Amino acid sequence: MKIININKADWNTGLKKTADGYRLIGPVMDQGFYLFKPLESGKVPDMGFTNTRLSAKGIIYPQSQTLFNYSLDPNREDHHLLTEPEDAHQLTVVIGIRPCDAAAFVQVKRNFDAPDYQDPYWLSAYENTVLVGLACDQPGSTCFCTTAGGGPYHEDALDVLLVDEDDQYLARVVSEKGAAFLAKAGWTETADNDLVMKTIATRKEAAENRISSTIKTNNLADAETMAIYDAPFWDDVAFACINCGTCTYLCPTCWCFDIQDETHGMSGQRMRSWDSCMFPLFTLHGSGHNPRGQKVQRVRQRFMHKLKYYVDKYEAGIQCVGCGRCVDQCPVNIDIRKVCELMNNAGKQSVTCAA
Amino acid sequence: MIGYIDKIKQISKQILEDCKVDMVIGFRRGTVPMMNEPCVAKTEDDVDQFVWDGHCGINLANYLMGRKEKIGIVAKGCDTRNIVTHIIENKIDRDQLYIIGVPCKGMIDRRQVNNRFEGVREVIDQGDTVKIIGADFEEKLDKTDLLQSNCATCTHPNPVIHDELVGDPVEVPTDIDQWADVRKIEAMSTEDKWGYFDDLLKECIRCYACRNACPLCYCPTCFVDESTPQWVGKSQDPIDVRTFHFLRAFHCAGRCTDCGACERACPVGINMRVFTQKLEKDCYDLYGWEAGLTTDVRPPLDTYRADDPEEFIK
Repeated sequence: MKIININKADWNTGLKKTADGYRLIGPVMDQGFYLFKPLESGKVPDMGFTNTRLSAKGIIYPQSQTLFNYSLDPNREDHHLLTEPEDAHQLTVVIGIRPCDAAAFVQVKRNFDAPDYQDPYWLSAYENTVLVGLACDQPGSTCFCTTAGGGPYHEDALDVLLVDEDDQYLARVVSEKGAAFLAKAGWTETADNDLVMKTIATRKEAAENRISSTIKTNNLADAETMAIYDAPFWDDVAFACINCGTCTYLCPTCWCFDIQDETHGMSGQRMRSWDSCMFPLFTLHGSGHNPRGQKVQRVRQRFMHKLKYYVDKYEAGIQCVGCGRCVDQCPVNIDIRKVCELMNNAGKQSVTCAA
Repeated sequence: MIGYIDKIKQISKQILEDCKVDMVIGFRRGTVPMMNEPCVAKTEDDVDQFVWDGHCGINLANYLMGRKEKIGIVAKGCDTRNIVTHIIENKIDRDQLYIIGVPCKGMIDRRQVNNRFEGVREVIDQGDTVKIIGADFEEKLDKTDLLQSNCATCTHPNPVIHDELVGDPVEVPTDIDQWADVRKIEAMSTEDKWGYFDDLLKECIRCYACRNACPLCYCPTCFVDESTPQWVGKSQDPIDVRTFHFLRAFHCAGRCTDCGACERACPVGINMRVFTQKLEKDCYDLYGWEAGLTTDVRPPLDTYRADDPEEFIK
């Protein structure tokens, strides 16, 4: 695999060159925490972050998105026609995305790009996005990516993986999309592969060793679904939950949405916005019946979906990349690592009983 | 304050043993620094999980509403004021409760600590000082410098209603200007205020953590969730975001105890307390009212008196 040397002295000028053709997005510090934001007119990404407060999912799947506009006003030329929003996704590059956030797109893609249904909005955004990742040398204390199918140097979901090495970035070129972006920036100096591969391997190992938090998921797939569903711990897990949307909105792998028409007079737009299984409204039927009317049912749903239903349906591991955001930001300290342990243990018992 | 826990455990075990209550609501040690988790103890063994220190900022009154059991609850000054409000608003019956009152010296501002120190692994409340431990550092700071902003200006640290206290009442500060921040905003021009509010709310993700952490927000269906008619849009449109925050604040007028639960819960660090504090201040200026101090007087906004001030009607 090709590795390009990017001298940090050429970093800003290179990024500037790509602004003609790419919309640049990168980590920016504002109000005391990092977020991915468009890098307008020469603004540079601040690469000194651990994790952004919100994941990168909103870049491809915005919290609120106009799907189309419409009008029933006969005086308008485009009446009774659906028109696409003008800002449909342009070619975008995400600078400094962490391997965990990139891996989340692969997990989410299984839902938005299923054999029977393909979501054109998500897919066109995904296809038009280049993920230039930044290897994670200082993982946070709640990060558990290495036991959630990833790692701080995990590059499978990226187009480029940057390794921060003193006064340069070592850029591993993972895809054609990534190569095209690097070429556009004028970064072409090939590194001495054997030497830098050793450097990267050493740094990778050191970073992995810094991950102090782990989960066990080995029993989840074989477990009886109902043994976990009916396990006695859910009331205790759910007691503190206030049913806010923090965990689901900060999560890079939560994908649920709500669709609404916003009408003004005779015109309007169809919007889709993130939704959350923590909200009572999420499953409220038109009849007034709510199949998940109680808090404990909603809390159980979130964890069952991520750690059991997804596991069974896609046979590709859990729906979690171990970024630790929900653990860090839950206002009442509900911790997916702890819940995963309970579920995995309950699963183990069910497997033993069946045998 | 750190010495309270033995007494909390002793009372909790006693009232469970005496069948005075079916459960006790308190805190257990959290899994991340500065976070204790609200939990329920139904047995004496459960009680052994209980902890008490400066990381118990979540308002436990939020966990009482609509419960039918007899409940013991560990409650700080602000929690008890919200319990009073619940009793006034018929959300819980006084006879159902055994209130274990905790005189409070303030809660540690988690956000401030995390902003000031990188990679915090453990934060130990030592009473007047706080020890902050990271991977490669250890710092000791005065607790007064690390308090949540609402705790730093708290004028009711002692429980206003209780069945038992776990310690002597703490000294109540008298030289505090609770509303300095509100006055600053009041003094702004209309244009500057809009600018300030827009900036304040620009990162809101409408997760409703502020609303759900608030003991006052218990409407069966919140106005933002109503669909017939729909009062507020669902998107990130700034008008909808503002509408949510403004209306929620107005809904808390004369009821808010400035417990700080909303601000503490916010994942993106919005200080929405400036809205509720403004209304708290108005209620004080107009009616001399502070919420949650007594069950004997109806709050000003749910009663009418002939001598209510009316200068604001023009």
